[in-house]
Amino acid sequence: MPEIRISQAQFQPEPPKNGGERPAGTAAPEPSAIRKFLLSRGNSAVADRGFHLLMVLCALSIFGIVALIATELMLSSQMAWDKFGFDFFFKAFIDPDTRLPMYWDPVNGHFSALPFIYGTLVSSFLALLLAVPLAIGVAVFLTEMCPQALRGPLAFLTELLAAIPSVIYGLWAVFVLVPLLREYVNPGLIKGLGWTGLFSDDNPTGLGFLSAGVILAIMILPIISSLTREVMSAVPHSQREAVLALGATRWEMIRMGVLRNARIGIVGAVILGLGRALGETMAVTMVIGNSPEIHHSVLANGSSMAAVIANEFAEASGDLHRSALIEIALALFIVTILVNALARVLVWAVTRGAPARVN
Amino acid sequence: MGVGIEVTNLNAWYGSNHTLQDINLNIPANHATALIGPSGCGKSTFVRCLNRMHETNPIARVTGSVRIGDLDIYTDAKPVEIRRRVGMVFQRPNPFPTMSIYDNVASGLTLNGFNNRRALDEIVEKSLKNSALWDEVKDDLKKKSGASLSGGQQQRLCIARALAVDPEVLLMDEPASALDPVSTSKIEDLIFQLKTQYTIVIVTHNMQQAARVAEKTGFFLNGRMVEFDSTHKIFTNPSDKRTEDYITGRFG
Repeated sequence: MPEIRISQAQFQPEPPKNGGERPAGTAAPEPSAIRKFLLSRGNSAVADRGFHLLMVLCALSIFGIVALIATELMLSSQMAWDKFGFDFFFKAFIDPDTRLPMYWDPVNGHFSALPFIYGTLVSSFLALLLAVPLAIGVAVFLTEMCPQALRGPLAFLTELLAAIPSVIYGLWAVFVLVPLLREYVNPGLIKGLGWTGLFSDDNPTGLGFLSAGVILAIMILPIISSLTREVMSAVPHSQREAVLALGATRWEMIRMGVLRNARIGIVGAVILGLGRALGETMAVTMVIGNSPEIHHSVLANGSSMAAVIANEFAEASGDLHRSALIEIALALFIVTILVNALARVLVWAVTRGAPARVN
Repeated sequence: MGVGIEVTNLNAWYGSNHTLQDINLNIPANHATALIGPSGCGKSTFVRCLNRMHETNPIARVTGSVRIGDLDIYTDAKPVEIRRRVGMVFQRPNPFPTMSIYDNVASGLTLNGFNNRRALDEIVEKSLKNSALWDEVKDDLKKKSGASLSGGQQQRLCIARALAVDPEVLLMDEPASALDPVSTSKIEDLIFQLKTQYTIVIVTHNMQQAARVAEKTGFFLNGRMVEFDSTHKIFTNPSDKRTEDYITGRFG
């Protein structure tokens, strides 16, 4: 950029005249080129204020988007809310012919979110049950035991799991996981634990709550383990030394010096994983079976809040059907926001708060 | 009761950094021994070699022998066993923030599966009395967390925690350097009492502190032990010129 080079050449200090001394009574010398340049820059207050305003607008747009989504969901679900009220979330309809409970009957205009709430809760709970021990194990290994050379690649790989699109998890689940569960795992569960009533053998497809739970577990593993790793690294080294100096083994050191101090943050990481599991749509839709029913057995077909919206919204059979789906969306929206907020507060408490005060 | 420590040809490294070179000395039982020297001279590394804490850093390495009582700690025992016999107090107080005062003191025992409630109560009281903290905390033992105490109290809590496992040796790595003068003098009084029951090795930056609490003093410089003698001799008539320069404040 030649202009700049030329203008920089002007900034060379002029050689001092008279050995650098100014005789008394003579006029002040011309201001230097640098001084002239800086004086010519003018007042930057206007540009500053404009920039400030722009940034505030950017920040406010986040609130705007959330508020718009909430408003739209509330307006569009008004019809279902007016018709069913709170019963929408808690009550089943009794089919007059079969005398059996019915939840979701677009043909006759009966809608209840109950089986979807149930499916979301059961699949998310199964996911946590499987993912939490594994994620904490991964985090403990990576922060406390892993050789330095292996730590970077392993942590990177774990976090890479989070970058895989969920439809790919879904496909993998349909072609690999579900057959695997159907052929090898489910028969064992039915045989060994069938007496609990949680594993029935009336669903030969392999789809269902358990398949959804397993695929969700894999999907939430990275977020739980990377946040757990973060809160564990925030525990001061002096805590580890304190436990070691008392004659602790490595496991005792991890338990007393690290996990104990990080436990609130780990709970936060788990809840954040729960937040992701609750809202996950694509992979769950592909393996949960998509029938609006409530079963004790985790091997049975079910559906989830996100899955029913994805499946039915495009071909909803009328305004009430669409409104009911949007009401489910509203409930999911509120629950996931609350769960995520709680989780962030807990993680923040550990990484910025309590243990940092000690040392 | 405390036991003596016999160090022979001790060398230690951090990576390629030779932080301790050919250290030989005998630390007497039931006395306080002070280690002085400028920052980075190896005195902290030295005490960390006495309970094998040095090697918890993956790049650290040690050669030579350290005998505590009859035990060669590098050949006859596992680090975990050594650390149960050799207590350590660190430069900055490090109580467990999620535990009550009581649980902090009892932690060394509960960790090892000791859970006789009545014996624990007695040990916690005795340790807190020994560390001169009992009167200040006896009403909040199980109510307050270890982190709620002041800095000086936290350090005495850490001393109580170290004493609760009834160690034979107590290592103190600049135990008062993060504390105010009042807390410092309390810690020094404490060392004065404790040295009748335990062998104490104290690292300090503060030469007056060494002179006040220790019978023996060692002077470290650049990873070597320049001189080891009675504290009185070190501070009045050192045999080595470098020791004299250091204690008269010519460097360090």
